[in-house]
Order: sequence, then structure tokens, then C-alpha cells
Amino acid sequence: MKDYKISIRSFGEHAVLVEWPNEVDEAILEDIIQFKSYLKKNRLDPEEWEMVPAYNSLTLIDKNRIIDYQGFKKELKTWYKDRETVKKRDVFLWRLPVCYDSDFAIDIEDVAKKLGITVENVIALHTSSIFTVYGIGFLPGFMYLGGLPKELEVPRRSEPRQKVDKGSVGLAGKQTGIYPQESPGGWNIIGNCSVPIFDAEREEPCFVDVGDKIQFYPITRAEYDLHKIQGEVGIYQFEKVKLDA
Amino acid sequence: MLKVLKSGLYTTLQDEGRFGYRDKGVPVSGIMDLDVVRNANILLENETNAAVLEITMTGPTLLFEKATYIVMAGAEFSVTLNNEPLSNNKVHKVKAGDILSYGKLLKGFRGYLALKGGFQSKVVLGSRSQYFPITKKGFIKENTELPYEECLDFEPKISELKSNSFLDETVLMVSKGPEFKLLDDMQLEQLFINSFTVAKEYNRMGYQFNEKIKEHDWSMLTSATMPGTVQLTPSGKLIILMKDGQTTGGYPRILQLKDKAISILAQKKFGDAISFKLG
Repeated sequence: MKDYKISIRSFGEHAVLVEWPNEVDEAILEDIIQFKSYLKKNRLDPEEWEMVPAYNSLTLIDKNRIIDYQGFKKELKTWYKDRETVKKRDVFLWRLPVCYDSDFAIDIEDVAKKLGITVENVIALHTSSIFTVYGIGFLPGFMYLGGLPKELEVPRRSEPRQKVDKGSVGLAGKQTGIYPQESPGGWNIIGNCSVPIFDAEREEPCFVDVGDKIQFYPITRAEYDLHKIQGEVGIYQFEKVKLDA
Repeated sequence: MLKVLKSGLYTTLQDEGRFGYRDKGVPVSGIMDLDVVRNANILLENETNAAVLEITMTGPTLLFEKATYIVMAGAEFSVTLNNEPLSNNKVHKVKAGDILSYGKLLKGFRGYLALKGGFQSKVVLGSRSQYFPITKKGFIKENTELPYEECLDFEPKISELKSNSFLDETVLMVSKGPEFKLLDDMQLEQLFINSFTVAKEYNRMGYQFNEKIKEHDWSMLTSATMPGTVQLTPSGKLIILMKDGQTTGGYPRILQLKDKAISILAQKKFGDAISFKLG
């Protein structure tokens, strides 16, 4: 792995921000995840520290106040050089079911028209792409996905909706994503994911980690209804594929 | 049980917060004015993380079904226990059948009610702090029953503490945020010379302000935010994220509030003025 030029800065009384070059780049993301795994395993007690990775940054948040910031910064620099002494984290490709039925896909015809392609093309492009999870934030379980094909780039709606349903799958600019809960939103809705990405009742409330991959696959309305029931009683099995590093 | 006869404007159960899930987008939540509650729990000899009621602007009316000991802290309300006035930062004995009524808000914005042993509500992802949809309910409604353990006899080592609230303070001590260096001279001057008044948009997620500073067109990749992060929107509006604030954001993080400044801001309401000071 190549060594990036990382910058380390204090961020308030409780946190340190580590930044990589300002780019959306899979190799950078991988390096961030590697450093995070190393710190978690060897250096920072998870009872005391939280680590939030996103795009080109890793924020280390201490429950307590960081007293000796200069000393900590020096240690981080040394630790970065050691990051490859821990095993790479397993990366998974999660296959998520989406119903593109017109009941849910309230903007899909409009999107197809704007893009000058058919509704079938929109679905085919959306389901053939493999997306990278660059961050999780904004709402519990909301994934920032990278890797949208240029052909699907469509501006966000000029008027945001007051209410977008839970599970709605949207397109906006270079982004696609799933609304993990009902919320206001301005994305173009092209379908609905039948299974909850985030569920506080599960032992692991959000199975996806930053750095994982996502692929959507189309399901019928009947399959959607079945998944909903399976999800509610907690027997839905998520499809995942372990990716070779 | 503690029976909620009237709920007040926005009453929630809070402890110190939900740690360990920010990388999954879960806000840390927890008590907005933490220092005052720490004192209340010390008086009751509770564990530090004992859950309390956070009371906002208009307080509740509560019926105690079991005996216990309580301490109120934070914002000052006119409060009565069976029509007898009660004061903050002092241990009070409560008998089964007693009614605690919150009246007029006198000073500050958020009050706290701590009781012996803390509230025994369900722990979700390591915390009792209410935040929808992590907890099934985001706030407490009328007729809710809140569990706590009976305590008939308690001899507090200390029965009263001097108030440690910052209700009169208006200066928020800050450190430089990650994008501080983007600010130009005019923005710096506006930020540190002007004062800012709380706009209508303020809650446990964040505070907005009526006054703007110069706009900008910087763009940045989404990155982590925390309670106390001061974001600058392209139109020059300031947003200070609070305990239920989102865990990541795409607006430049120009300042970061110190812990004490979060407590000070937590007691401000619409129209109140604050200013920033680097330190």
C-alpha cells in the first residue's frame, strides 16, 4: 500500500481529524479503513473512542477530553506507518432488493424523460452498477454511495417533498441512496428497498460498513410484500458476497 | 411509576448519550446541559450516567406512585410539590401520591429532573436517551408511565449544592474548526465582533441564528460533525449542531464549541443573543 500524505488536526476538545488528499478515490477509502482497523485493534479502546470514516477523512472522537494533543498527533503519525501490520478487514458486497414498481417509483418516468432513456434503461443501469459506501451519516443508516453511471445523473427535484417514505431509493446529481426512515427530501424517487438497512432492534443495527459495496436487484411487488413481512419478524436473510481484497 | 399527567412542551428521557454508533449515522444524543445534571446525580449519589427528565420551556405535571428523592437542575421554573414551592440543586423527599407541577419558566430554557437511582426505561444501543427512531418514541406524551425504583430512606451526604448553571452567560468559547482557514478577514470580523440571536429554528438537533455573515462558494467532501460543530451554509447562515445533530455534514465546519459553550447554548431560546470567542 502506498503511503499517503495525511494531515492531522485537532477538532475541538474531544476529536482529531485525519485527512487524506481531497479526492473521491477507492484506494484512499481503502487506506482509511485499513488505518481504522489498525487503530481499533491495537491502539484506541472502543469503549472510549469512536471513529467516523467518510470519503477522505477519519475523525477520531474521544469520550474524554484529549489532553496532550501534540503527543497524540506524533503517535498517530507513527501508527499510520504500522497500519498494514493488521489483517485487512473483510469487505462485503451487499445485494439489496429494490421494487421499481410504479407504486413506489413516483419519479421514475420523469427521470427517464429527463435522461432521454426508457424506464427499463433506468432500472437496468441502476441494477448493473456496483456502488461503494463512502460514508454513513445524515440519518442512522444513510449510505453515501459512489459509482453512479454518468447516464443516471439527474438534478434533484426543484421542490423537496415534505415526506419521503422509508426505504425510498433516490437519484440526485452524482448520488444514489436509500432513505432509511421517513423524512423530508429532494431526491428523485425511483423505487423502494424492501429490507431495513438500519434496525435498532438488531444486535448489529446496521450491517453495512463504510468501504463495503452495494448492488441493487429488481424484485416484483409480491416479493416486496414478502420481504416486508420477513423483515418485520426478523427472518429476512441479507444476501452478501465476501470480496477478495 | 412516575405518571405523566401533563407532558409539557417537549419532555424527554436523557442520559449522557449513545456512544459507539456514530459510524452508522446514529447521533450521540444525551443531556444538552450536562454539567448541571452531573451535580444533580452527585447529590443523589447516582451513577454518572443515570437517566433524567429533560424539560423544555413548559414543564410537565407528574404524579409519583412510589416514594423517592429528587433533584431539579438547569433552567429555573416555579415548581411546586403538592403546592409547596421547591428549589433547584437541592435534594427533596417525595412520598407516594405526591404531585410535582412545573409552572412558569423563570430563567434559561431546559430544566432537569433527576431521581434516586435514575429512570429505569429500556436501554437501546447502550443508552436511555430518547431519539426517534432509535427509541420507539421521540418524546414523552401525556399518560406515559416512567419506571423508577422506590426509595424510602436516603441520607444524602450533601443535600444542597450551589448552582453551577451558566444561565446568564452569553459568550461561547470556541476552537477553530477544520475549515476555519477558509474564512476571509471580513467573515472573521463578522463572526467575532457581531453577536447572533437565536432564530425560530432551534431544537435538540441544532441552533440557527437570525444574523448572517458573508456568503461563500466553498465545497467540501462530507465529513464528520459533532455536537458543538458550527457549520457555515453557502448563504452565510450559521448552524450549530447540538446533541441530536447529524453525524456527518457537507457544510464547512468553521468553529467547534467547547463543552461548556454547549451547556450555555442549551439554555438559550428564540431571540437570545450569543457571541463567539476563540480560546
